[in-house]
Amino acid sequence: MDVILGITTEKEVIVITSRAAVRGVSILKTDDDKTRVVAPHTLLAYTGEAGDTVQFAEYIQANIQLHEMRNTTELSPPAITSFIRTQLATSLRSRKPYNVNVLVAGFDTATDKPELNWIDYLASRVKVPYAAHGYAAYYTLSLLDRWHRTDLTLAEGLEVADMCIAELKKRLPIDFKGVEIKVVDKDGVRTEKVTE
Amino acid sequence: MDAIVDRFIQRPGFDEDVLAKEEMLDIMAPSSVPTLSLPPISQPSAFLRAHTDDASNPDVRIKIAHGTTTLAFRFQGGIVVAVDSRATAGNWIASQTVKKVIEINPYMLGTMAGGAADCQFWETWLGVQCRIHELREKSRISVAAASKILSNLIYSYKGMGLSMGTMVCGYTKSDPAIFYVDSDGTRLKGDMFCVGSGQTFAYGVLDSGYRWDLTVEEALALGKRSILAATHRDAFSGGSVNLYHVEEKGWTYHGNHNVGKLFWETKAAESSFNNVSTDFTSDD
Repeated sequence: MDVILGITTEKEVIVITSRAAVRGVSILKTDDDKTRVVAPHTLLAYTGEAGDTVQFAEYIQANIQLHEMRNTTELSPPAITSFIRTQLATSLRSRKPYNVNVLVAGFDTATDKPELNWIDYLASRVKVPYAAHGYAAYYTLSLLDRWHRTDLTLAEGLEVADMCIAELKKRLPIDFKGVEIKVVDKDGVRTEKVTE
Repeated sequence: MDAIVDRFIQRPGFDEDVLAKEEMLDIMAPSSVPTLSLPPISQPSAFLRAHTDDASNPDVRIKIAHGTTTLAFRFQGGIVVAVDSRATAGNWIASQTVKKVIEINPYMLGTMAGGAADCQFWETWLGVQCRIHELREKSRISVAAASKILSNLIYSYKGMGLSMGTMVCGYTKSDPAIFYVDSDGTRLKGDMFCVGSGQTFAYGVLDSGYRWDLTVEEALALGKRSILAATHRDAFSGGSVNLYHVEEKGWTYHGNHNVGKLFWETKAAESSFNNVSTDFTSDD
């Protein structure tokens, strides 16, 4: 029931992740962060099997950072996305696949454009204007189909984000303990807002 | 910085040098993660499940001890750790005197829920790793690092039948920290955790009485009371309460409190537990 949402605007990508960490019948944590900054302009948001998620995200993060050290250059969001997809595809046919779904939000400093990629554990990759994983998708995609425009400003984008969060709060049967809203733009990754 | 970067830059001809490559492998193998030696069976996890999973097959040969209530929380005066002491194997109470707090070293505690052997073995192993870190680095290991050694180890055994739900509690310099680590590889930092079959009952009492500025006495009493609540409602928790207080200088033990006696004392003092009658003569 984790909420993972991504919305591109004209100049940035907005990433929304729920703050609850649930195990069995209990909410164990209410300030969980389901993202990792893998490169200065690329944010990885994840959901899936407990344990696999963080291990996979940190594995990606470490490898991207190592690549950056070796080549003293930042990898572009499409390059990072492609790397992640390859890793998931290889993992899928291994003895113990990673059960992880991710969104890759990036700002491409070469083309000066924001970019959002949706990848699931089966290693399907799509570049999309907005995306979600899990049950959140069932509620928010229709909203985004209706209200999203490619020329959205940040303020307008955040407004659409708030509509999505309000809908999830209203209709999802389980409390997800608010969200962390992060923004990826030309200046990198920042936390825009944290709600209860 | 350049010197560090330089070490990671691939040099031409590096790959041809087989000997150097083998040496690299030796250096790169992390000493804290042992190699896996598997039993001579094609599917170890399926084999283990077939012989230990009493939920799907009540006639299994090995019944693993399960069922517990453990808790730990951070407050103004440090950390309180409280646990019950019952071990069950199916419906059989195997023991009422289990030590579910594992004293990793004088300043770090681990709790035990799930497989008793798994917790006991890997948390003492964690103690060894912490000591090795201390000798190598000439400084105490942080709770974050210690819990990550444990969670990485556990993750390497994922899907092979390990069963653990543990809290690693201690101080990093002057900062108290609790990490929840379980057998599916989850590792969470937090202020308060309850783990085990009685966790919901413990959470109920703990959440209702918790404040950051609890005194040490109040905090210890709350920890003890929460475990008592869980032992009363959860059939798989019971025996006695073991209490610990963790401070910067290390942990202190605050006694073993038999639930049989503690229950009646608490009931009388609080006039609580009103579902339980003290009148043994009347019929209703």
